[in-house]
Amino acid sequence: MQHGKYRFIAGFLVVPLAIYGVFVVSPFVQAIYYSFTNWTGLSSKFKMTGLKNYQRLWDDELFWKALGHNLLLLLVLPLVTLGLGLFFAFMLNVGGRRRKNAAVAGVRGSGFYKIVYFFPQVLSIAIVALLFKFAYNPNSGAINSFLDAIGLGSLHPDWLGDPDLALWCVTAVMVWSNVGFYVVLFSAGMSAIPKDFYEAALLDGANRVQTFFRITLPLLWDTVQTGWVYMGIMALDGFAVVQIMMDGPGPDYSTEVLTYYLYTKAFTDGQAGYATALGVALLIVTMVFAGIVMKLGRRERLEY
Amino acid sequence: MTVQAEPSDRPDAPAPAAPPEKRARGVGGEREGGVLNVFSHGVLVIWGLMVTLPLLWAVMSAFKTDKEIFSSPWSLPKSPDFGAWSRAWSQAHMSEYFLNSIVVVAGSLFGTMLLGAMAAYVLARFDFPGNRFVYYLFVGGMSFPVILALVPLFFVMKNMALLNTYHGLILVYIAYSLPFTVFFLTGFFRTLPTSVAEAALIDGASHTRTFFQVMLPMAKPGLISVGIFNFLGQWNQYLLPAVLNVGDDDKKLLPQGLVALAASQRYKGDWSGLFAGLVIAMLPVLAAYIVFQRQVQSGLTAGALK
Repeated sequence: MQHGKYRFIAGFLVVPLAIYGVFVVSPFVQAIYYSFTNWTGLSSKFKMTGLKNYQRLWDDELFWKALGHNLLLLLVLPLVTLGLGLFFAFMLNVGGRRRKNAAVAGVRGSGFYKIVYFFPQVLSIAIVALLFKFAYNPNSGAINSFLDAIGLGSLHPDWLGDPDLALWCVTAVMVWSNVGFYVVLFSAGMSAIPKDFYEAALLDGANRVQTFFRITLPLLWDTVQTGWVYMGIMALDGFAVVQIMMDGPGPDYSTEVLTYYLYTKAFTDGQAGYATALGVALLIVTMVFAGIVMKLGRRERLEY
Repeated sequence: MTVQAEPSDRPDAPAPAAPPEKRARGVGGEREGGVLNVFSHGVLVIWGLMVTLPLLWAVMSAFKTDKEIFSSPWSLPKSPDFGAWSRAWSQAHMSEYFLNSIVVVAGSLFGTMLLGAMAAYVLARFDFPGNRFVYYLFVGGMSFPVILALVPLFFVMKNMALLNTYHGLILVYIAYSLPFTVFFLTGFFRTLPTSVAEAALIDGASHTRTFFQVMLPMAKPGLISVGIFNFLGQWNQYLLPAVLNVGDDDKKLLPQGLVALAASQRYKGDWSGLFAGLVIAMLPVLAAYIVFQRQVQSGLTAGALK
């Protein structure tokens, strides 16, 4: 029996572990190793160069610019996306007109809203990016022609072509495609909050804003924190949107982000070693970010 | 887009609509905030429009002539033109991209579910040296940015002659789906009662047979949740094929093929065909989502909350 057990365990683990080891673990380990070399990726010859790649990173203006954009996204994206998600979810679950037997209820049609808001989440990011690439088109795109229709045609921003606007356009697309997920996520969390809490608050004369800040948000805090980490990791990516929508780093590198910079260094500039150093920098930023969120977000756990 | 403008009126905007005197009479409060309801419905409708209008715009444009797309982007097509659809489907190779995506996703979804369930089952229900280590090795993969591994991965694939092949992509998709799948299913297998499995073992079934005939059927709800999650992720994957599957134009997957199509349109200029391609790529997932929306939503949120 014992013998059979270990053979069974080994038999069930060996294939998944092998695939995982070859395609996930080993590339990660190699990436860190290559970041200390001058490997081009084109030839098999390379030398250890110690911290040279990291030194170059430090002096690389474009790296700092890309990092700056990522940090801006890291600040704006979760704030806007989670904010909208919380607001909509509250409306859909608590914000409705009170009915006879329930202390709280969502607005009418909340089930329908939840389905529709989720649409962008199931679409490929490639589809979303292409769609908005056309929508932002300054001449025939949906957005400028909408401005025409409501009489603001004189504005006609050159959305993606304007260095001051391009990054905001990218941000908007990322918000657009993610809000629905958080509406559903927060709705699930809110529906788990006991109704008596709301009843008690209402008896004490609390209005909706107070209920939100005193009851819903504190009890939902864990979920919000998880969402914050998810959204932050999303903000550190942005590769597909930038590559597809902008066809490159944007006018004057205005939408350059770390992931896209890494991609061009590795696959068009033949600087694989330097690219992996960029990847390590990205990894460090990710981990610092997750650490900060976990630390700042730690609150006394509310049991209910 | 007015997205940036909205957060400012998010948390505090409802406040003016609920003046203090409301509170005094508002305990029973059937009528609390008639204004507030108008406001909240307004905001909800606006976001609903912001989500659906771009999609409708794409559908509408697919039925127009190129001239109409440029001259009147928001008006309905004068006479619906189906030509763009057949151009996109056959001449622009959308049918091939579609088939490629089906092949790769079918293979990788099956592999992910089978291998993920096997590993998770062993990790959840057997005590052996290294159990924790293997578990954290898998789960740790969830927190690293894929792009960091991409450069070495490209050369690993190249050395194994797996670049630009379907089976190579399938293996990579499986590998990168395993962390979450193992994590989710390990938790799920732990919650299943042990008595049934023990009874099967006492009756003389082997461990393997117990797994396939008893435990796997019992784990169906969990398998469905994580299966939907993986399906959406793999069907919509863009980064991995964009780097690892660039050999042959006909071998592109759907999202990739669509982007290539858009890039080539700059010279050909078949805009309605492009919109038709976009809609062809959108429709199946949207349709599947509308049919299975309950499972999709609960599957994705369960994944995030665990």
